[in-house]
Amino acid sequence: MKMTSKKKKSLLRYSLGDSVFLAIVYLLLLFSFLIILYPILYVISASFSDPNAVAGGEMILWPINPSLQAYEYILHYGDIWTGYANTIFYTVAGTLLNLLFTLPCAYMLSRRDVVGRGIIMTLFVITMYFGGGLIPTYLNLNELGMINTRWSLLLPGVVSAYNLIVARTFFVNTIPWELQEAAFLDGCSDFRMFTKIILPLSSPIIVVMTLYYGVGHWNAYFNAMIYIRDRELYPLQVFLREILTMGQFASDAMQNGGDLSPEEMLALAKQTETANMIKYAVIVVSTAPMLIVYPFLQKYFAKGVMIGSVKG
Amino acid sequence: MIFSKKSNKRSLMMRLLARWQLYLMSLPAIIAVLIFSYKPMYGIIIAFKDFRLNLGYFDSPWVGFENFKRLFSSYWFPIILKNTLTLSILSLIIGFPIPIILALLVNEIKNEKIKRTFQTVSYAPHFISTVVLCGMVILFTNPSQGIINKLIEALGGEAIAFMQEPEMFKWVYVLSGVWQGAGWGAVIYFAALSGVDQSLLDAASVDGASRMQKIIYINFPVLVPTIMVMLVLQCGQLLSVGYEKTLLLQNSLNLQSSEIISTYVYKMGLVNYDYSFSTAAGLFNSLCNTIILVAANMASRKMTDSSLW
Repeated sequence: MKMTSKKKKSLLRYSLGDSVFLAIVYLLLLFSFLIILYPILYVISASFSDPNAVAGGEMILWPINPSLQAYEYILHYGDIWTGYANTIFYTVAGTLLNLLFTLPCAYMLSRRDVVGRGIIMTLFVITMYFGGGLIPTYLNLNELGMINTRWSLLLPGVVSAYNLIVARTFFVNTIPWELQEAAFLDGCSDFRMFTKIILPLSSPIIVVMTLYYGVGHWNAYFNAMIYIRDRELYPLQVFLREILTMGQFASDAMQNGGDLSPEEMLALAKQTETANMIKYAVIVVSTAPMLIVYPFLQKYFAKGVMIGSVKG
Repeated sequence: MIFSKKSNKRSLMMRLLARWQLYLMSLPAIIAVLIFSYKPMYGIIIAFKDFRLNLGYFDSPWVGFENFKRLFSSYWFPIILKNTLTLSILSLIIGFPIPIILALLVNEIKNEKIKRTFQTVSYAPHFISTVVLCGMVILFTNPSQGIINKLIEALGGEAIAFMQEPEMFKWVYVLSGVWQGAGWGAVIYFAALSGVDQSLLDAASVDGASRMQKIIYINFPVLVPTIMVMLVLQCGQLLSVGYEKTLLLQNSLNLQSSEIISTYVYKMGLVNYDYSFSTAAGLFNSLCNTIILVAANMASRKMTDSSLW
């Protein structure tokens, strides 16, 4: 009897400790939640708000004097729409090519009856750790005549070794080998097997690959910046770079602009304010598609990371 | 099984021929990787030459290690090496543990709805592009209008010109990286935590283990192999700091602490057209990475049995 009462007591003590611990856990998570979410909400609100209020620090969370002024301005800003159309093209065409190159090869590498798949796998894995580097890669594209063409953003990197491994692991682990053997006995060819049996069973990995490659294309700027010279071919991110990070010079000029007349300073200040308001709206316009789509695909990409983490 | 027995009896050539459709399926990917990944590797030889575009790879004169000597004795070399190491080690120290802690904390939430909401929000920054992230950083850290400085002033501090002060650069770089990557980085640990044996947790509860003890003695050990593999991978990246982001956050005022090896490679190569020198700097960078990766992998295998290969 004494024992049980003692045990009860200790359980009670622990559960009190647990409640305190749980409270701390929730507090920490609430804190991180706010830190993650606030900048995003701030950008959205600022894009609708009166630029003076944003610049003056009056806007904390909700827009002040909400208006669509910034968005109206963007509507007439040709560069953004050129960039938008190009980015959609690069994302759709690029991702399609990625899938067309990656999935069949991943399937081949998943087949245990193929001679030499180890060598081919090694060929791809090496590229994860070692490459030619910036200049040899650039010169290579130059030799191929791809500089300043859309191909330069579609073909290099058409197969990512990491994604290839993820897809291969999926094929190995989720499609029963017995099923494939049965199909062979019925005289199914490898092509038919892939298109008629494997692909219909592989929608999760197709979604994961589309997401990984698609986000990569949508957000990429560096290759376009070094390979593309023609503004007509620029993707959205390169225009964003000009607007968001190079516009810095305007505010630099403001601070160093000692020899400007008060009127000029005022005009410049007005310009900077408008520029900042537009910046927030541009961020919203360019990022919204990604942020709207990903929550619906959430369960798939957790799966993708999980497959990828299984040592292949 | 009948199938594989049959193929074992055939000669190698027959087996290759029998699977020709599969080889054909992998051909586009193999050709792509040969042209776009392996062919440039051959171009690395220009690091040992004085490369001229009009002479080409073959006829450009050999110069031995001249480009490397120039690199090691250049004014910028100690600076970019120090900056690269500072940024990557600081990112590792601050950025590596946070996703692990986040995953362990979120794992304590039993309410599925709250859990999912938190996860969804924490993934959001991952989907924001580098350009937009840097744009946000520049807007937020603006000395006169940025929200971060408004906050500092509201708390009684003085506004800091984060983008203009070289000492501030590493914090801007690392903390914005944590904001963007921590939630997404936790995904892999969530996945690993789903492998925790529930009966073990129940048994621990019966024995009177507190939540804290369960985390330390049951949940955390499950994560250790994943943590080691991630750590080895991160170490392999030690000298490849994200040049895309650094390049965007760089300006003439913070260059002393924001110029890193890869941005230097970019400028020497594609702005100054010093192809051979830039290639040598890039080769130095990737050789260091490979050596560190192999060493980290060996150390990990010795200490914990988890390794990449």
